Amino acid sequence: MKQLRTIKEINEKIAKGKVVVATAEEIVSMVAEKGVEKTARQVDVVTTGTFGPMCSSGAFLNLGHTTPRMRMSKVYLNGVNAYAGIAAVDVYLGATEIPETDPANSVFPGAFNYGGAHVIEDLLSGKKVLLEATSYGTNCYPLQKLEKWITLDDIKDAYLFNPRNCYQNYNVAVNLSDRTIYTYMGILKPHLGNANYCSAGQLSPLLNDLLYRTIGVGTKIFLGGGVGYVAWHGTQHNPHAPRTEGGVPRGGAGTLALIGDLKQMSPKYLRGVSFLGYGVSMQVGVGVPIPILDEEILQFTAVSDEEILAPIVDYSEAYPQGTEEILGEVSYAELKSGTIVIRGKEVPTAPLSSYPKAKEIAETLKQWILKGEFTLTEPVAALPSAEFAVNFARQPEKE
Amino acid sequence: MIKRKVVLRFPAAVVELPFIYTLAREFDVVANILKANINPRKEGSMVVELSAEDEKYEAAVNYLQSRGIVILPLEQQIIWVEDRCTQCGACTVICPTNALWMKRPEMTVSFCSEKCVVCEQCLKACPARAVEALYLAGE
Ligand code: SF4
Ligand code: SF4
Repeated sequence: MKQLRTIKEINEKIAKGKVVVATAEEIVSMVAEKGVEKTARQVDVVTTGTFGPMCSSGAFLNLGHTTPRMRMSKVYLNGVNAYAGIAAVDVYLGATEIPETDPANSVFPGAFNYGGAHVIEDLLSGKKVLLEATSYGTNCYPLQKLEKWITLDDIKDAYLFNPRNCYQNYNVAVNLSDRTIYTYMGILKPHLGNANYCSAGQLSPLLNDLLYRTIGVGTKIFLGGGVGYVAWHGTQHNPHAPRTEGGVPRGGAGTLALIGDLKQMSPKYLRGVSFLGYGVSMQVGVGVPIPILDEEILQFTAVSDEEILAPIVDYSEAYPQGTEEILGEVSYAELKSGTIVIRGKEVPTAPLSSYPKAKEIAETLKQWILKGEFTLTEPVAALPSAEFAVNFARQPEKE
Repeated sequence: MIKRKVVLRFPAAVVELPFIYTLAREFDVVANILKANINPRKEGSMVVELSAEDEKYEAAVNYLQSRGIVILPLEQQIIWVEDRCTQCGACTVICPTNALWMKRPEMTVSFCSEKCVVCEQCLKACPARAVEALYLAGE
């Protein structure tokens, strides 16, 4: 495939204020109007965005040394346990951790009003958080107990490190049983009462770079309102998932591990959320720029909601039991219409992942690039991918 | 059996009175406190759900009134905090009346208070806790 431009050339255009950027939503109609060849010549960068609950998230914090010194072995922030099994004052605060005093699901369904993600949101909002730490004490670290109110400014280093974000496509969750169930996909009413899905579809980062041709280790991104990087492929990254002829995964496939300075981020794009009967999670805002290096890359960004199919999974039986059974496939265009048909029944849909916020993120990243505040990076290593011969001519067959 | 949500308003003199305890002990009334507030002038107000047998409920109401406590019917209102809403849509498939609804294709969520029947199902269905219940005393 003929190379149209390099990342270095794009960055030169950014510096000169001459770069052409479109969001992953805008690019769909541009390609439909002008065709692939012309659009690829015109557009340098396509920006993507997503904002949804991503449980596999958290932050590494260095709480700073005390006088006398302390080797913290148990650490709580607003009652939420942070993992302290690393160096003296380093901890990892996981988004889904809940206080040990939370009744969880012993009164079903539990409310899960507060957890690690809320602590992160409180810190970003400038609120004071209660730090409680204990230690067994050593010759070099004598202090055994500490209790004090801290803010994000008092924390020496704070960076977000999310082991699995940005799932490339995901399930549509439904409930075939005769009672309401409470899941990480929200409340699912009995007898196919509703269908919840969780992807920004055509705006979602990995649904615009289907075979990870531009996104790799080291890619600079929008993360939580600040600048972050792709650290690695995410846990459960599965490039070999079944795909349509156009290369679109037909369910969860690729994932990303992300890293970024928490101190630059904003509570607008990192939010603690509570799923009734399930637990705490964090809504994370991510935006990834895609350099249009050749026509194939452009064609991937031009994939529309009509062409992305998601599997419908019963969360009362098939999911918890781990059977691979699906009830069919639907496109994101159908999901976004508000109702889908399953087994002859009209079922209302809810996104969980916020499309307006995803759009806002793609637009913000576009503005950063246009203003010359954000440049693109060459990945330092590729993500594991699949050998896949893409057939752009054929649309995926529908249900 | 009567089960009713009411607002209790009580003067400063009553603040120290353990009337919730008395309700339970002498009238077999279960009082579930939903919200309580004491202002700087030491006057209090409380939203409670009272449940008891019919006659005992009457007697309990008489007891409260005799101590200067005003009992008002409760009016609830649902407040949608737009700033906290992340437009996730989770509430829109739970709300029975479409008071919380999603505008398509924009995929933005809005709240129409006229349609709300205060069933409170959205309160816990909202992961971002962007809906709140406001208790008002009807005069
Ligand atoms: S209280 Fe009930 S009717 Fe009102 S918005 Fe919430 S779910 Fe809808
Ligand atoms: S569930 Fe809450 S955050 Fe989500 S759309 Fe409804 S009100 Fe907004």
